[in-house]
Amino acid sequence: MGPREIQVTAPEGQEPLLRMSGIVKRFPGVKALDGIDLEVRAGDVHCLLGQNGAGKSTLIKVLAGAHQPDGGTIRWQGDDIRIVNPQDAIDHGIATIYQELDLVDGLTVAENIYLGHERARWGVVARAEANRSAAALLRRLGHPEVAPDIEVGRLSSAGKQIVSMARALSHDAKLIVMDEPSAVLDQEEVARLFGVIRELAAQGVAIVYISHRLEEIREIGDRVTVLKDGRTAATGLAAAETPTSEIIRLMTGRSIEYVFPERSEGQRGETVLEVSGLGRPGEFDDVSFTVAAGEVVGLAGLVGSGRSEILETIYGARKAKAGTVTVAGRRLRAGRVGAAVAAGVGLCPEERKSQALVLHESVARNISLASLGRFARGGFVNRRDERRAADDQVRALDVRPADVQRHVRTLSGGNQQKVVLARWLLRECRVLLLDEPTRGVDVGARSEIYALIRDLAASGIAVVVVSSEIEEVIGLSDRVLVISDGALVHDSPADEIDEHQVLDMVMEGEAA
Amino acid sequence: MSAQTSATASEERTSAGAPSRDSGGSLRGMTALFSGPAGRNLGLVIALLLLCVVGLITAGDRFVSFDNMMTILRLASVIGVVSVGMTFVITGGGIDLSVGAIVALSSVWASTIATQTLAADTHWLVMVTTALLVGAACGLVNGTLIAYGRMAPFIVTLAMLAGARGLAEIIAQKRTQVVTVNEFIDVIGGRILGIPVLVIIFAVVAVAGWILLNRTTFGRRTLAVGGNPEAARLAGINVKRHTTLLYVLVGVACGLAAVMLLARTTAGTSTHGMLYELDAIAAVVIGGTLLSGGRGTIVGTVFGVLIFTTLTNVFTLNNLDTSTQAVAKGVIIVVAVLLQQRVAARNGSPP
Ligand SMILES: Nc1ncnc2c1ncn2[C@@H]1O[C@H](COP(=O)(O)OP(=O)(O)OP(=O)(O)O)[C@@H](O)[C@H]1O
Ligand SMILES: [Mg+2]
Repeated sequence: MGPREIQVTAPEGQEPLLRMSGIVKRFPGVKALDGIDLEVRAGDVHCLLGQNGAGKSTLIKVLAGAHQPDGGTIRWQGDDIRIVNPQDAIDHGIATIYQELDLVDGLTVAENIYLGHERARWGVVARAEANRSAAALLRRLGHPEVAPDIEVGRLSSAGKQIVSMARALSHDAKLIVMDEPSAVLDQEEVARLFGVIRELAAQGVAIVYISHRLEEIREIGDRVTVLKDGRTAATGLAAAETPTSEIIRLMTGRSIEYVFPERSEGQRGETVLEVSGLGRPGEFDDVSFTVAAGEVVGLAGLVGSGRSEILETIYGARKAKAGTVTVAGRRLRAGRVGAAVAAGVGLCPEERKSQALVLHESVARNISLASLGRFARGGFVNRRDERRAADDQVRALDVRPADVQRHVRTLSGGNQQKVVLARWLLRECRVLLLDEPTRGVDVGARSEIYALIRDLAASGIAVVVVSSEIEEVIGLSDRVLVISDGALVHDSPADEIDEHQVLDMVMEGEAA
Repeated sequence: MSAQTSATASEERTSAGAPSRDSGGSLRGMTALFSGPAGRNLGLVIALLLLCVVGLITAGDRFVSFDNMMTILRLASVIGVVSVGMTFVITGGGIDLSVGAIVALSSVWASTIATQTLAADTHWLVMVTTALLVGAACGLVNGTLIAYGRMAPFIVTLAMLAGARGLAEIIAQKRTQVVTVNEFIDVIGGRILGIPVLVIIFAVVAVAGWILLNRTTFGRRTLAVGGNPEAARLAGINVKRHTTLLYVLVGVACGLAAVMLLARTTAGTSTHGMLYELDAIAAVVIGGTLLSGGRGTIVGTVFGVLIFTTLTNVFTLNNLDTSTQAVAKGVIIVVAVLLQQRVAARNGSPP
């Protein structure tokens, strides 16, 4: 076991709100949790850290009653309890925001928030009352614009995240667990989320907060627990005093230089992707830019500013109402994914679960899905080639466990993300559109991914990256475009602009 | 964490963990038995063996004879071909309620006086081609309405169920059309090396279906389209065309089934293929194909068909009425699906 940093945190004799000890959870073929200990005090924001696959989500699912542990005890407010199902956890006052969104698309925002504890009178759902109190919750989260009576399926992934949070708040919980809530949020929304977390903590609610963005930990966290390979590497660290390098060492067992790879200078090829006057009323207007072979262009902007929509429109997954997309001199037919694919365009979509993964299928089959033709002769798939190619990708991206025959659904969230990315890295594209490629990926694998994207560009591919992390956009790209409120407001080389300038531009559109 | 905490924790861990570990051990034993390519269908093999034992005990030699085995297989072959087609549609995230009606229409169309005269003048294959084309056309209509017209598969194929059988009745004027092309009956209804041609057709279709689903890009795309259509679309797969093809495929399977029925019964009628949709869906589902799409097994489907046909055979040999048989069928469906779910859960895949 790794080194243990033990710090006495609370006055002697004070019973913590939650004490999980020796939690063991096995899945067929893996021991996801191997004796985890976690102590959370009322009013604390407790950060849970660890690499992809370390066991964070599994631990909180045990706490939420979604998994039954194979061993260990849970002490809640001084009593030993067993949490037999999710309802039981909620009854105890434990609410959970899962990493993978668990909303019902066909129900409205308010119906989702009160699902399972509907506001009802004599068995009849009190819709008006539910809508009113849902609106109040959303206002508290700083999102009055999310209407309680629209269908959740029509919201963006950030919007869905907000509904999930409202749902957790609606339970009057004593402990709220948040599994990577910030992965789909932009800076502004993270700030709002932190405001809500502080407010809750001040009221004595305990928060367990999971994130791969280590800078957030210092901002919001009181205590830190680090998991590694299903064990507790350290627990109860003071968030403010532990250096980030120490946390990374505890997580990965090595120290990682968290830097962006060198930009390749000079050798820019000719223009491959040309977007001109592209528009979809209500989403974005008159967007024009070009990307040359070997260039990485970053798109910065708030969630909902139209970034993802622009990528999907270039790819033909949404139909352009105005403007054109030209790839290597050939104009693409609007609204035809087939045309874009034939021209060598690839899109790594934003939402891995709903837009990218075939969960019942193996890792290898998910990776090969977009390049099946490469492994097929006369319609027959050469499975040895397929497996070998998938193996290479899995090793390059450090997917764990490194077993391409596993079902994708048994991988942790960050590892699933790597599988999605692998699919598009494997495919030989001319233009690669990456929407949040490092969403939920841990620090170690991140640097690998950055280096791979750079290598791709160096091999002559035109790359467009969308990211909510401005630092990532600037660090990774040759050129930065800023989208604000559906309009392209800035286009310059990445070294002529800094984070604050981008942030200002992004916010301006918001204010206007 | 203090030393004291860890001591109590480990104590409690052993006391709480001990019983569950035991049950875990035997369950893992079961899992090992059920997982793996051969064992995944073990539940079905056991069910089939049990039925055979019942058959052996109640009907003795009449059940185990070569002739009776061939009777079972001959009975299984027609619904088997339909079920293989159905496996593809269900794996691809759809459903086809119109298979029985398409069988009826194809059988009637291929046995009209006009078709039979043409076949007698030229070649008996004309009848086969007609049946296959009629099936394919029905499938094309289904598929186009579902994929491009964005209608629910349930509704479209329900409409086809009514429409195709109605059309069959109009064409046949509710009469039975006797097949007079003798070569047709001789070849399709005949035997090769003592094995009925019908059974050979079923075997070929099952093997071809297995290869198509498991070894070709078509099969992969079917799984992807059924498992996550949006992901398939964004991966560059033409989901609409693929969906249409799946319904054409099951349509062709129905046409082939009609050919086999024509040979077996030597007549075409609009009452052929009654309730085939239910039998086929039941066979597919107890075989382990996910009704929600994304996972399919041809081997499972073949077992599903064999189980139902053997059941019918055992009941017939014992002169039991069809009502009891229907009840037994219902029980088998529920038990088999429950069992499949258990095994699937132990293997770490969803029910
Ligand atoms: N249902 C399951 N079946 C089998 N294995 C599983 C299942 N769920 C999780 N695992 C495995 O358990 C381990 C821990 O996964 P978990 O989701 O808890 O990781 P995590 O720390 O949340 O990672 P991430 O940061 O990527 O979200 C991984 O090895 C994963 O593959
Ligand atoms: Mg996780």
